[in-house]
This record gives sequence, structure tokens and C-alpha cells, in this order.
Amino acid sequence: MTTPRIATVDGNEAVALVAHRTNEVIAIYPITPSSTMGELADGWSAEGRTNLWGSVPLVAEMQSEGGAAGAIHGALQGGALATTFTASQGLLLMIPNLYKIAGELTPLALHVAARTVATHALSIFGDHSDVMAVRQTGVALLASGSVQEAHDFALVAQAATLRSRVPVLHFFDGFRTSHEMQKIALLGDDDLAALLDEDLIAEHRRRALDPEHPVLRGSAQNPDVYFQAREASNPFHLAVPDLVASAMTALGERTGRHYRPFDYVGDPRAERVVVVMGSAQETVETVVRRLAAAGERVGLLKVRLYRPFDVARFVAALPPTARAIAVLDRTKEPGAVGEPLFLDAVAALDEAWPSPTRPVVIGGRYGLSSKEFTPAMAKAVFDELGAERPRRRFTVGIVDDVTHLSLQWDPEWFVEPADEVRAVFWGLGSDGTVGATKNSIKIIGEETPLFAQGYFVYDSKKAGAVTVSHLRFGPRPISAPYLIQSATFVAIHQFDFLTRFDCLEAAAPGATVLINAPFPPDQVWAALPREVQETIIARRLELVSIDALAVAREAGLGGRINTIMQTCFFALSGVLPREEALARIKDAIAKSYGKRGQVVVERNNAAVDRTLAGMHRIPVPGTATATRRRPPIVSAEAPDFVQRVTGVILAGKGDSLPVSAFPPDGTWPTATARWEKRNLAAEIPVWDPAICIQCNWCSLVCPHGAIRTKVYPPEALAGAPSTFQSTGWKGPDFAGAAYTVQVAPEDCTGCSLCTTVCPAKDRGNPRHKAIDLTPQRPIREREREHYRYFLDLPEADRTALTRVNAKTSQLLLPLFEYSGACAGCGETPYLKLLTQLFGDRAIIANATGCSSIYGGNLPTTPYTVDRHGRGPAWANSLFEDNAEFGFGIRLALDAQRAEAERLLLELGARVPADLVAALMHLTPSTDHGRDERLIATQRAAVLALKAGLAGASDFAARRLVEIADALIHRSVWLVGGDGWAYDIGYGGLDHVLAQDRDVNILVLDTEVYSNTGGQQSKATPLGAAAKFATAGKGIAKKDLGLEAISYQHVYVARVAFGADMNQTVKAFVEAESYPGPSLIIAYSPCIAHGYDLSHNVEQQQLAAKSGVWPLYRYDPRRLATHEPPFQLDAKEPSVPVSTYQRNEARFRMAEKLDPARHKVLMARAEREVKDRWATYRYLAGMLLPERPAGEEAP
Amino acid sequence: MNLTTRYLGLTLEHPFVAGASPMVDDLGLVRRLEDAGAAAIVMHSLYEEQLTRESLSAVDAFDQYAESFAEAASFLPAPAAFALGPDEYLEQIVKIKATVAVPVIASLNGTTAGGWLHYARLMEEAGADALELNLYSIPTDLAVSGEAIERRALDVVDSVVRRVSIPVAVKLSPWYSSLGHFATRLDHVGARGLVLFNRFYQADIDPEQLEVRSRLELSQSAELLPRLTWLAILSGRVSASLAVTGGVHTSLDAIKAVMAGADVVQMVSALLRNGPDWLTLVREGFRHWLLEHEYESIDQLRGSMNLLRCPDPAGFERAQYLQMLNRSGGRN
Repeated sequence: MTTPRIATVDGNEAVALVAHRTNEVIAIYPITPSSTMGELADGWSAEGRTNLWGSVPLVAEMQSEGGAAGAIHGALQGGALATTFTASQGLLLMIPNLYKIAGELTPLALHVAARTVATHALSIFGDHSDVMAVRQTGVALLASGSVQEAHDFALVAQAATLRSRVPVLHFFDGFRTSHEMQKIALLGDDDLAALLDEDLIAEHRRRALDPEHPVLRGSAQNPDVYFQAREASNPFHLAVPDLVASAMTALGERTGRHYRPFDYVGDPRAERVVVVMGSAQETVETVVRRLAAAGERVGLLKVRLYRPFDVARFVAALPPTARAIAVLDRTKEPGAVGEPLFLDAVAALDEAWPSPTRPVVIGGRYGLSSKEFTPAMAKAVFDELGAERPRRRFTVGIVDDVTHLSLQWDPEWFVEPADEVRAVFWGLGSDGTVGATKNSIKIIGEETPLFAQGYFVYDSKKAGAVTVSHLRFGPRPISAPYLIQSATFVAIHQFDFLTRFDCLEAAAPGATVLINAPFPPDQVWAALPREVQETIIARRLELVSIDALAVAREAGLGGRINTIMQTCFFALSGVLPREEALARIKDAIAKSYGKRGQVVVERNNAAVDRTLAGMHRIPVPGTATATRRRPPIVSAEAPDFVQRVTGVILAGKGDSLPVSAFPPDGTWPTATARWEKRNLAAEIPVWDPAICIQCNWCSLVCPHGAIRTKVYPPEALAGAPSTFQSTGWKGPDFAGAAYTVQVAPEDCTGCSLCTTVCPAKDRGNPRHKAIDLTPQRPIREREREHYRYFLDLPEADRTALTRVNAKTSQLLLPLFEYSGACAGCGETPYLKLLTQLFGDRAIIANATGCSSIYGGNLPTTPYTVDRHGRGPAWANSLFEDNAEFGFGIRLALDAQRAEAERLLLELGARVPADLVAALMHLTPSTDHGRDERLIATQRAAVLALKAGLAGASDFAARRLVEIADALIHRSVWLVGGDGWAYDIGYGGLDHVLAQDRDVNILVLDTEVYSNTGGQQSKATPLGAAAKFATAGKGIAKKDLGLEAISYQHVYVARVAFGADMNQTVKAFVEAESYPGPSLIIAYSPCIAHGYDLSHNVEQQQLAAKSGVWPLYRYDPRRLATHEPPFQLDAKEPSVPVSTYQRNEARFRMAEKLDPARHKVLMARAEREVKDRWATYRYLAGMLLPERPAGEEAP
Repeated sequence: MNLTTRYLGLTLEHPFVAGASPMVDDLGLVRRLEDAGAAAIVMHSLYEEQLTRESLSAVDAFDQYAESFAEAASFLPAPAAFALGPDEYLEQIVKIKATVAVPVIASLNGTTAGGWLHYARLMEEAGADALELNLYSIPTDLAVSGEAIERRALDVVDSVVRRVSIPVAVKLSPWYSSLGHFATRLDHVGARGLVLFNRFYQADIDPEQLEVRSRLELSQSAELLPRLTWLAILSGRVSASLAVTGGVHTSLDAIKAVMAGADVVQMVSALLRNGPDWLTLVREGFRHWLLEHEYESIDQLRGSMNLLRCPDPAGFERAQYLQMLNRSGGRN
């Protein structure tokens, strides 16, 4: 045994470190929480890192997990060692190929960061519902329960699959293991080589498809032989447990880390035993050791090889003294007798228990979607086993007050070890806290003999995200896969958190509390809310403050306070001698920021040097002095549900909500983001009506619906706050109206897009614009009052709007507001516009991605309602099926309308003729006011119809009343990103385009998979660096618009709101009014482009001017009028592509990495722009042959 | 005619040097400059401000969103090889050195003595034969004194000189209250050459958009005059060699500059306007003029009209202006 190299890595990296060295082909598709494995593999291959045999593995990103599985299947048939990484829905998409790969006895070690499968809701977090969904495919299932095990089992899986020819799916808990950082011992190349038998690899190659000795695989078999042939593989499956065991033994001999397919720990004469799989093993083991030390006869059986389930080994591993066994499943199988592991255990014991008296077996669910599973909960399971009549089925970790299945647990029971340091850091995503904490873990893990663990909790927002980092270190390996229960150190990196969250909840008595406070030391105590003061006094906490922002600014770091807070942590925790700690931090700074340039390193070093002097111990008085308490998390005006449920989740206490609090089918109210006041912006826009030219651009570009414009009768100003601003409206419609631009002060993210685009400057002082950014805090109250008043002002009469353009569209109420999207997001202005124009009649089918996350991630949704209670109805099905899903919605509406129209006819004179006329099928037009009036008429007619038929008892009348709403025009929108439209959902999208149903498709094209971290899609432009295209994409972006145009009957528009706002509005109106399929491809600036998004409008203008993003509209209706259907809305490219590209880091990176290649790609990009321009110009002049009279447009 | 010139300790065939311009980004143009007979090639500046800005915006682009969202720890790839800094510039030095035989003078622009000056050493390692340090900045802070600006500049020069063993020239602007005195201080800290004067981007105003736009115009011969004055004042009185840049378009411009004391003549605008071959024409015209006027060598010409040697030193001083006024007043 050689001394292994030690590293501090997370589970994903631990696995990738083995998989990349033991494979030749890696085909992947990004999906949380497994994406990192693929990204690391791609990064290593891009750097030329080789596998065990000296070659660089080929990494290919596919269009879906189905595609990745197909590619892997092919690669294996081609004789390569191949793998992939996935999770959740991705694994489900691989199922058909898993059957094939297993059926063909093909060695494959596949790695899964196990994640919840979407049911009533999507969840990115961890449980075993995905891996349990493939247990029938014939693959072996190997579970690891820690970062070290994940590293080890990645190799065991590879070794065992080569030995057995049965594919091995190696899985570990998503987030809990995939994202937990741990100090582990690395396997060396010699370890890998020792376990991987070259002869077996050669055999695998010999079985490959090869015309030199051809075979046929994938035949179609018939009733005469299929059955027998299917049974022929039995010996291979039967051999797997022994072969896995032998691989584990070999690993143990080399490393001293011994594993078996089932591992028992605890009292050999245990009476109560828990059976569990995955990371929860560590939690249960901790409890077993503690209970056993107290003399209790308890034990734990760790299931490592779940499939094939080795009955004999399982039973043999259990102590014969066992009287009661609890089997814990991290999955839910509604309707089953029990969850899968439980059922297997019951069957195994029934079959093989050596004595006639079998133990009682009970089954419980725990930990769904990464629900915490703590030692106290595990203890509750042992307690249940000790009960006279333990519950046969139970849940643990929640309060089930509906079916009463949940066990009670005593959170106070478990005390964490005294010799560990446990630190909790509350930070903002953008302040770098998580990065710095990871850095600290690496410093401690790799530079000291201490063991270290880190785990990170993020909220669901993209702008202003709150992160909580949990860091443990101590003298022994840390096996604690649950959040810190009692922290010895709590750091609050943003002072405002103290008024929003119970940050000190985990603080142990005597803990040190570090607060970043924007006050002098003598004012810190007084600034704390009373609850915080009381906790500090009661638990005798030591209080230390620093004004980190001031230190950061002095050092030239802007708002980045991470190194400062990290320095404080090391100084206070004493884990390293102070001088040494500072030196290590500086080493880490050089490592982390050296690539950013010398100045960044220098400024961070300067910050470290200034930090110690900025730290102050704050004296804690004997009694709380503050009168100010933490304000309620949501306003008292919020609806009951928001108070009872949403508010609790917002306060970070969602774990405490019982089952009964929740809708059972995943149906949630909209209009909830308005109750979440996050006060993110340091500065907010303030309007100067004297300068304003009323263009309303500020409102149109606002990603968060946080700056609004309104026209209203001047008399509505009676009773306005004295400081409320108003001026006369200048515009064709709404003559004589008053007009106001108003910011939502507590919802603005401070992205500054509005002030950047504002064209109105004060002639005497052009620095002053019609809207200027102003510090928020001093004007928060005033603007809050203004905004409240503004919201209460009457909305513009939608039917009075004759001409919709950029300016007038912003007089309509947005029904999409205050989303958690990134500050400066380029997608959300389109969605907001959509809801302004059509929101009260829109149904949105939303593909999974950024837009489904800021659109539908709890606790709140930005989709909202008007004062009649109408607004977008929104649903997310999956990532891959959104076009079909939306199409299905359209079919349902069409079917119901047809049925309603039929019933109208059937009822004949019972329905007045004017009502029937009003309810006739509405063909929307580009005259917005006309449509609004007609829809208003339809709504009134439906009401009248229902009223008229209210008492009717006949079937036709009752049925018509039921479906009469379908007679009101409905606007169906299929929304998603380019990952959906260009890649995973393309097949469905193409099919829906090829139909003639009235659907509107909005592609929010960020040119990468934004939500999962910027992986390339087929929309990624030539030359841009993205994950899986690090050196710059070598293939041009797919022209999705042209493909759609080739059908002739599809309305297609390519828009960029920042380049031409009026063209964007026109395209939306035309698309919606077109009675067939419409496709809008919308340029959407994104943080993955790598520039300050407050300049995103200028960048959109450059995209259009350079020809990179030509604006056009293709309208099939123009064929009927013998006009060219293709209208080019762009001018001939007038600036070089390089002028556009040089502002974005994605292009700059490609240039820096390989200047020669970049030059070639640039030249191709310039040529591509010219080619496309020539094509479009040709199309723009193209008149198709005149249609014969009477022929319908396509 | 022997035109051999010493500049920054380097021996040049003649005084005509291609000054700092974007031409050095194109190796084809670099080759043409050498073919046209440029005695040395000065690279455009590597800007402290640009490097700093790029670094800080990279922090915004890469680090601001990193580790802030459960689904993605980053939004752009993070290849180990992607490092910001002067790499492209340094690589260009290497390429130019491999392309031409004449000395290559790298250029650094900045105003603070910080870690970025480390790049001077990297430029030397990349093969630069000398360094031109460009000290230009606009002191908009009314609280900063002239002395403080000079002190800071001297610190920068001092730290660069200490870091490298190749000669260092300092490119100056004319806006020092006592340029001569400052020049002697530069001499003292080890500047081996002074380059007179910097031409820079000038702010212009867009009256329609109410915006400030910066622009760079090509120089004219008329701009040579203030340079002649300061060459004449410094020539023979500082030990640093002297270069003129800005306003040399013709052979006669060059004759005057050398007479005033220039060791070398840097040409930029004339070459950008007329192409690299213009340098050959000017140099040949220069040689021809010397022959025609029966000069024995360039040494005889150099500094012949400086403050120490010209027949009427007062002509370089302010009196000249007063005299003209007086004369003009006398006529009225």
C-alpha cells in the first residue's frame, strides 16, 4: 500500500477523477446535479489530460440524455470504454438504451448523482426516485454513501462491469454527496490499473462491431425464441455480486478501505437493525455507535450493491439476533405495497431467514428531495423499532398530519462532537462567500492534518441569492451528511439578513458570531434586531463585527467581501496560526485570482492586510436594548395561503410545514412574488418628469417589472402623496391623461438597465437623466408609499389603445413581475411584454430551464393577475416535451371550442343570436384595441350565456355552461430556451411547427444552456467559448428561423428588444394574431456571455449592426396579398463582428486560449454574417408566384 | 554618409525609427517596416489601465455569478490556460523578434508603481531590446500637486529601471511645469532616453448625443515645433538620449529635429498615412539633404541648433513671442 495523495474535492469531482481516467469516450448532457462531472471531464480532455492508457478521452455533448445514451451504446458497440453522467429525468431518458446495453451484456460503468424525478413538482435535489426507476432494466445498481466511497466505487463499478459484462450504474446522493466537499484519499493510476483487467478490456474490444469479423446485434426475435434467449443471460447477472465483491476486496487490499456488497456495523447481537442505502448510512452509523456505546443492541446494514439483489449475502450480513428491522427508502412509490428496498428485504428474509421466527420488517420513507435526515431522525427509527407494535409504514423527517405516517423525533437528542469546529456562513451569491468557504476547506483539508467537510445551501433566486455554507473540521474523518445543528462559529456576511432570517438558529452556546456590519463598532449592538440581541445574550455568544464593504472598497474590490470575511474566519477560528493562515489565504488568492491578473491579486492581498485592523469585538450588555423587532416576512395584507405557507418558506422555515399545508397536486396560486420584498438594490431609479420624453424604454427593458409607466385620469391624483410625481401624457391615445414613471423600490434589483437606456438628458447637466440611480435606503419609505399609490391608480383602458408599439405597450399592466432572474436578465423583458399584451388570456407551457426556475420555483412566482383576477395560467411539464405539451393544451382548447360551438348550434334559439355572434371564433388582428374589445365582448357574452342557461337541466345546456370559457379567445404560448428549442425539444418543436394549430412559440435564445451553467447548444455562435466548446465553438449557430420558414406556413420573427423595441413589439402582436404556428426567436443577453449586463442594450444594438443577429419577420399572410413574406428589419451590417465580440468574455476567452484558431473563427464569422445577409436580402426581395384566387395561404 | 546613431545604448544604422502604432499587430506590416529601413521598431503600449479594467471586468464576468446558484457553480468554462495578462503582447514581441533583425522597443503605459510593472521584466524576457515607458495620464484630481505627479512618475521609472537590464526610455507629455527639471530627475533615476512628446486620445464632444467621445487624429508637421523647442532645451544638458515623436512627416522635419538635438526620429502618422515605404523616402531625402549641404556626418548635424549651440538661444525662449508682439505693437 502506497501513501495516497490527499485531496479536498466534492463527490462529482471524486467520481470524474476515476471515470475520466478509465474511459475513452464520454458522451454527456448537462443535468443538475451531475453536470459538473461532464464539465470536469470535458475540461480535462480540453487540457489534454490523458486516461490510464495515455490517450485523451473524447468528450461529446449530445442533444439530450437519450442522445447521450445512444452515443454511449454505439461507442460500446464500437469497442471503446465509454461512460456518461446523469440524473433524474436524464436517467429516465436513458432507460431504453439501458435495457439494450444490459441485454447485450455490455460493460459500462455509468455514474448518477441521484436526484428526484419530477412529479407534482420538479426538484433538482437528491433522492433515489431516478435510480429506482431503472432497477428493472438489468443494470447493476451500486450505491456509494460518501465522497470517498463515490471515488472508490467509481472504480469498483468499472472493474465489476468488465468482469461481469453487466453494466453497472453507480449512484450517490445528489447534492448531499455530489456537492459535498470532503478530504479524501485519491486512487492512483496504479490502483486503477490493478483493478482493471487488460484481458477483459481486450475481450470487450473483440466483441465490438468490426467488418473484419462481422456479427449482427439487435435482431428482432419472435415468440419461438425470444423468451429462451432472454433467459440465456441469467448466469451473467447471477455472477455479479461475487464479481463486485471481488473488485471490492481487490480495492481493499490496495487501499485499506474495505467494502462488501452488504456491510453490517453495530452490535453483532443486535436486535434492532436499520437497512439503508446511500449517504444516510453515515447518519445511521453515527447513531448506532452512540446507542451501542450506551449498551443498546442496535445495528446498521449498508446496502451497497442493490441490483442484482443477493438474497443470501443480504440475510447473512444481518445479525441472527435481529428482531425488528427498519428498511429506509429514499423514494416514494405510490400505490405499491412498499418502497422497493423494503419489498426486496421482505422477500429476501421470507426466502432465506435461517430461523422460523423472522424479524418484524417495517418500511419508511425519508429524505425525499434532499430533505434533511439527521441523527435525531435516525434515532426515531430505532425508537420505533423498539416499540411494542412498530408502524409497518412510516415516514421520517416531516410532519404528516394527513395520513399520520411520520415519526416524531427529538431534535435535542443528538449533540455534535465537542472537538469539531462547525462554522455556518450566511452570504449573498454575488459576494463570493461560497467560493471563499470552499477555499477555506481546501486550505484546511490540504494544508493541515485536520479533516474537513463543506456543504452549501442555495436559495432558488438568481439575483440576490442567499447562500448558507456549512463547514466542519476536526481531528477525525467527518461523517455527517446533514446540516450543522450546533455551530461554533456563525458568520453573517450581509447585515440585512439579520432582519430577514433567523441566522443564529444554529449557534451553539458560547459560539463566535461574526457580523459584517456597515456601522462603526459602537453602533453595531444598537443596530441589531431585538431577537438577535436576545439570542446573543441568552447563548452567551461572542460578537465580532467588521465593516467589510468599507475594507473592500478601500482595497478596490467593490462589493467583493469574500477574502475579507475569510480572513476574519481564520483569525477568529484559530485553526491555523494567524501568520500562517494569512500566508495560506494569500497563496489561495494567487491560485484563484492569478488568472484574472495581477491587479486582482494585489487588491485581494491588500484587503487581507487591512482586515485584522477592521475587526472589532463588540461588548454584549446584560439585557437586550433594541426596541426594533424583526419585521414580519410578508405583509399582513397578504392572502391567507401566502401567510401560512409562502411566508414560512420565505423565512427559511419550510421544513417545519406539515403535509396538510400543501396542495396535493402541485397546484399553486400565482401573484405571490409581490409579497416578497427583498430590497436588493443599493440604488434605485428616480424619475424626473421635467426631462422625461415618455419613451417608456425604461419600463420595456426592466427585467423585473420594477419600473412602470402608467396613464390615468388627472383627477385620480386627488389624495396622492404630496411628493408623488405626475405629468401630462404626450401620446396619440389617452389624450389629456396624466402620466407617471414609478419604481417599485423594494423589488428593483438595481441592475441599472433603465438608466443606461434612458435617452433623455438634462441639457444643462447631461449627467442627469430623466431617471437617475439614487441610494435606496433613504428613499425606501417614500417610494414604497408612491408605489403603493401608483398601483392603486386605475389601469389604462386596454380597448382604447389603437396602436401598440414600444411606447404604448408599456402602458399595459405587466402580469410578470419581480422575478428572481439575474439582475439584467435578457429573457424576462420578453415575458413581461408577452403578459402586458396578452397576459389576461394567456396559457404558458414553459420548458424546464431558467424561465421555469424564475417562473415557477418556490416560494413565489412572478406570474400575476390583473384586478379582475385574470392572468397567465402557467405550467411546466418537462424540458424535452414542451412543444408537444403546449400543443396538447391548444388541442384541448380547440376541442372544447368546437364542442361549445356545436352545442351553441344545438341549443339554437335558446341562445340569443347576438350572443352567438359575439362568441364566434375570434381571429386576432394586429389592431390591439379591436381584439381587446372583442375579447371583452366574448367575456360578457359568456357570462350572459351562463346566466341564461343557469337553470337548464338538459345535458347540452349543462355541458355548454361547463365549457363556455373555451369560447373566449385564448393565447397559447410555448416558452423555453435554446437548449429546449434547438436541442432536446427540437424534434417536438419541429413537429408542432409542421401542424396548423394556433400556437405561439417564444424561444429565449441565450445561446447556451444558461440554467445549468453555460453549456453549448446548437444556438451557440461560432467562436464563442461555452462549456464543451472551451476554445470557441467551431460550428455556426443553427438557423432555426430559416428551418421554420421552409414550411412556408409558419410565422417567424427574429427579435432583439435592445436593438429595435418597436420591431419586437410588432413581432409579438403579429405572431399572436397569426392563426397558425408562430415562432419568435428572441436574443437574450445572459450572464453566461460574460459582460456587465447593464450594457446589454448596447450589446444588442451591436449584435444587430454587425449582422450577428439580423432582425426579420416572415409572415405567411403576405403570400395571400402577393407581397414578399420575408421582411428584413435590419440594415446592412455596418460594424465588424469583432466590435460586437470583443465586449464579451465568451469570445475573449476563445481569443486568449488560441489566438490563431480565434482568428480563423473570426474570419469565418465575418463570412457567415455576409452569407446570411446575402441570403436574407435575397429572401426579402422574393415574391412567390401569385396564389390562384380562393386558395388559402399555407 | 554615415548616419549611425546611438539611442538608448543601441547602435542604429540611422535615426529613423517606426514609432508606437497599431502596425506592430500585423507581422506583414512589421516586415515591410524593416524592409523600408526602419532602424528600430517601437511597439504600441501595453496599458496598465486596460489590463486593470480587463482584470476587474473578468472578476465581474466570471466570479460575480460563480457559486451562487444550486444548478451551476459557474456560467463560463474555466480552462486553466485562460489567464488575463500581457500574454498576447509578450507573444507579439517574440513574433516580431523572430521576424525582424532590427531592435524592438516594447512600450508600457501606466502611472502607478504597482505589481503590473512586473510586466516590464516579462517584456525583457520576451526579447525586447529596450523599453519605452509612457507616463501619460490626465490628472483630473485638483488635489494632486505637480510635485506629486512627478514623484509618482519617478517612482514608476525607478521601479522599472530596477527590474530590467535593458535600457528604459520615458515618453513624456509637454505638460510639466518645469519639463527641463523633470527631465534631469528622470536622468537621475536612470532613464536612458526621453521621447518627446506623447500624442494621445483627445476628448471630443458629440453635441447631439451630449456625450464625450475620444478620438485620435494623425499628426501634422506643425506639431513638430514645440518638440523642437524642448529638444533644443534638453539637448546636451541631459545624459539621456532624445527621441522625437509627433510631427515628423518630411525629411526637412527630420533635419530640424536632429538639429534641435534628437538622436532618433520616430515616425507614425506619416507611415500610417503613406505606408511603410514612406520611411525610405524620408530617410533618403534626409541623407540627400546632408550631402547637398555638405555635412560630414550626422554627428555634425545633431544638436547643432540646440540651446547651447544655436546662434540665438533667446529664440527658443519666450522672448521671441514678446518680441513679435512688440514689433507688431510698434507698427500700430
